[in-house]
Amino acid sequence: MPAVTRWFIRASLLFLILALALAVLQAAQARWGLSVPGLSAVYFHLFLVGWVTQMIMGVGFWFFPKYSQARPRGSETAAWASFWLLNVGLLLRAVAEPLLAVRPSALWGWALVASALMQWLAGVLFVYNSWARIKER
Amino acid sequence: MPRLSVVGIRLALLYFLLGISFGALLLIHKAMPLHPAMWILLPLHMEFLLYGWVVQLVFSVAYWIFPRFLSEPKRGNPALAWAALGLLNLSILALSAASLGVLPAVQLPARLAQVAAAALLAASLWRRAKPTETGVAYKR
Repeated sequence: MPAVTRWFIRASLLFLILALALAVLQAAQARWGLSVPGLSAVYFHLFLVGWVTQMIMGVGFWFFPKYSQARPRGSETAAWASFWLLNVGLLLRAVAEPLLAVRPSALWGWALVASALMQWLAGVLFVYNSWARIKER
Repeated sequence: MPRLSVVGIRLALLYFLLGISFGALLLIHKAMPLHPAMWILLPLHMEFLLYGWVVQLVFSVAYWIFPRFLSEPKRGNPALAWAALGLLNLSILALSAASLGVLPAVQLPARLAQVAAAALLAASLWRRAKPTETGVAYKR
């Protein structure tokens, strides 16, 4: 299993724990007299992007058919860039989205824009790196 | 990798690209409003990523890697699998058209088609969820 796959898988496992912990926080909000807006969207994306999609990306990089003998998994650089962009972008969202809702400011607005672009670029790099590996032989 | 899986995984990657593009636009729109009608993309974002990406990818990879039968057709009835893939994509496109306000009447039939697609996916994979064969022909 390549190193970047191990990082993807371990990060996805951490995001699973984080997403479920956030679900606990959501459930406890009323009891603790809290009301943090934007948590539902963050929870869904920690789960579906951080856990599900990240697991697919890591396993896909490892498991899809070889690109070539010389570069069996395509570009390692693109895979690492995809890993960091996805994780930093998603964590940035998890912080910026509730903060933007509670205390609107240009800083959190731009952080959310950066988060959107980073996650989008991570996905584009994954597709770019995977496309040619999806083949019959 | 069989042709069905190539087609299914590539379609899944295309839906993934579209789905994350809509998602990025919606996230940017939360920070700095881009257009009043932007939220019309939300159902497409969800439909493309849940069904076009996750369900389609899982089915296509499962069709490729699940244990095969010793006799032809080794991956089960290919017509069943192609029908599942076709119906899944048709239902996603019809639901997208309905959520955009084009052909709103197709929403219910498209949801029914999605259930039928799920049943076909299950039928296609059901008997391949089995131990790997080691020489003795598997009785279907």
